[in-house]
Amino acid sequence: MKFFIEKLMRVLMILSLLLVFGFVFSIVFTIFSKGWSAMSWDMITKLPGGGFYIGKEGGFLNAIVGSLYIVGASTLLGLLISIPVVFYLNIYLKKKSKLAYVTRLAYDVLFGVPSIVYGAFAFTIMVYLGVKASLLGGIIVVTLLIIPIFVRSMDEVAKEFPREILDATYSLGATRLETIRVVVRQIAPGIATATLLSIGRAIGDAAAVIFTAGYTDSIPTSLSQPVATLPLAVFFQLSSPIAEVQDRAYAAALVLTVIVLILSLLGRYFTNRFSKNKLK
Amino acid sequence: MSLKSSANSIYNQYNEWWESSALRRQVKIFRPDYKFIRKSEESELMVENLNVHIKNNHILKDINLSIPDKKITCIIGPSGCGKSTLLKTFNRLIDSVEGVKLDGKVLIDGEDIIHSGQEITELRRKMGLISQRPCPLPMSIFENIAYGCRIHGIRNRRKLNMIVQHYLKSSGLWEEVKDRLRSPAARLSIGQQQRLCLARSLAVEPQFILADEATSALDPISSKIIEDLFVKLKANYSIIMVTHTLHQALRIADYVVFMYLGEIIEAGDAQQIFNNPQHELTKKYLSGAFS
Repeated sequence: MKFFIEKLMRVLMILSLLLVFGFVFSIVFTIFSKGWSAMSWDMITKLPGGGFYIGKEGGFLNAIVGSLYIVGASTLLGLLISIPVVFYLNIYLKKKSKLAYVTRLAYDVLFGVPSIVYGAFAFTIMVYLGVKASLLGGIIVVTLLIIPIFVRSMDEVAKEFPREILDATYSLGATRLETIRVVVRQIAPGIATATLLSIGRAIGDAAAVIFTAGYTDSIPTSLSQPVATLPLAVFFQLSSPIAEVQDRAYAAALVLTVIVLILSLLGRYFTNRFSKNKLK
Repeated sequence: MSLKSSANSIYNQYNEWWESSALRRQVKIFRPDYKFIRKSEESELMVENLNVHIKNNHILKDINLSIPDKKITCIIGPSGCGKSTLLKTFNRLIDSVEGVKLDGKVLIDGEDIIHSGQEITELRRKMGLISQRPCPLPMSIFENIAYGCRIHGIRNRRKLNMIVQHYLKSSGLWEEVKDRLRSPAARLSIGQQQRLCLARSLAVEPQFILADEATSALDPISSKIIEDLFVKLKANYSIIMVTHTLHQALRIADYVVFMYLGEIIEAGDAQQIFNNPQHELTKKYLSGAFS
């Protein structure tokens, strides 16, 4: 009987694994089969031409560059803001601190807030300040969106930070601030994972940028100009009645997927490099 | 010109002279950084009426103790008698324990470390700590030793190279790791890690070495190496060891402190304590009636 349960469970586990694989494969297959026909070198190297949205010449370089701008800047900003938060929560505050509890709860709530709410919230403020949809607006909203992801996923790793390492560092005469070099090295794999998760969220989110970053056919040259993003390129073209334009939406989705894939592989590579010093 | 800047300029001139002097190239002796030069050769640790409470527990009761200079002092006693707490009081690592309250005096070179406004980082530098489980920092072997010097402001590359080499040699690790200074410290064997921790503590030139059961996680050969190192190091440092193994205390102790339930029962020369204990509890403990 035990043996039977063992077997049954094994089969169930493999089935659920296959289910996940099936999903990933079918998504990639759909994108490829529909997007490949519209894919060309022009698509990723040219800006949209005059009749691009009725199926004529041009590409969506504007959206690719715009997405990379927003993701790059907001990931950097997010890291700069969230590392001090995590450091303060775990090194400066006591284990049972109320402030730490409330902060973690707050970030949990923010984690679950849908991105359209972030977008709408930022839009209200931008209207109040009289700011138009722009690259800066997009970067700020996406940064706000990914900070909870950064903080919560790094925090989980930092919580496991061994007390002994801290004591060893203090006993050399380090101040709490000076331990940051040690802490960052120990939780480096966690930081890398958090960055990957955040990039994935930041690059794929359409709702947060729809009001705040706008859309444009050119590449912005300053922070105050609107900017196009890949998710919005998918969204707008998919809502077109013309079949050719719809295929281009899939091509844009394909580019988005490939970028995420490349970033994930890079992330894995760097995670391995950073974690060689970590103590088990 | 302020006093500090004039002192700095004198030091710089001296340093320039030293770096360029023919003498330095000839003898190649190692000289600790000026920041780490001791005020006096002797170091003194006195404990007067020390009481430690953690929350509502009276952990250490009326401790009076004088630690002899340049000797190995072993603190022995059954588990939970407050040995480690006493050790942690010496470098104020106990501050990070929640609900701790300290009373009394701990005098290091005549200065009370509990109540005086002395910088705690400077105090901790003076009291090198070796913990029970070796705990290298998550960095390379080189960086592990250089870290302490860096946080105290030594950044010169050549100087750091010299420092790392010197202290790895003095902990007997140099020959084993000289070809892989850049590889992670976590890859060393556990005995090597403990010697690395010792070298790391020595690199900031402490006066005292506090060893909290430093050999209990190690194999017999590695712990023998550490013991031998301690015997060698007592020429320059006062070593305070907490140990669970009486045999170890017998082998290397010069001075023994026996603690029981937060009190010092007996303290004195190792010979005297081991051969002729005065107190009934000490006799029982040494004969193995309890441990």
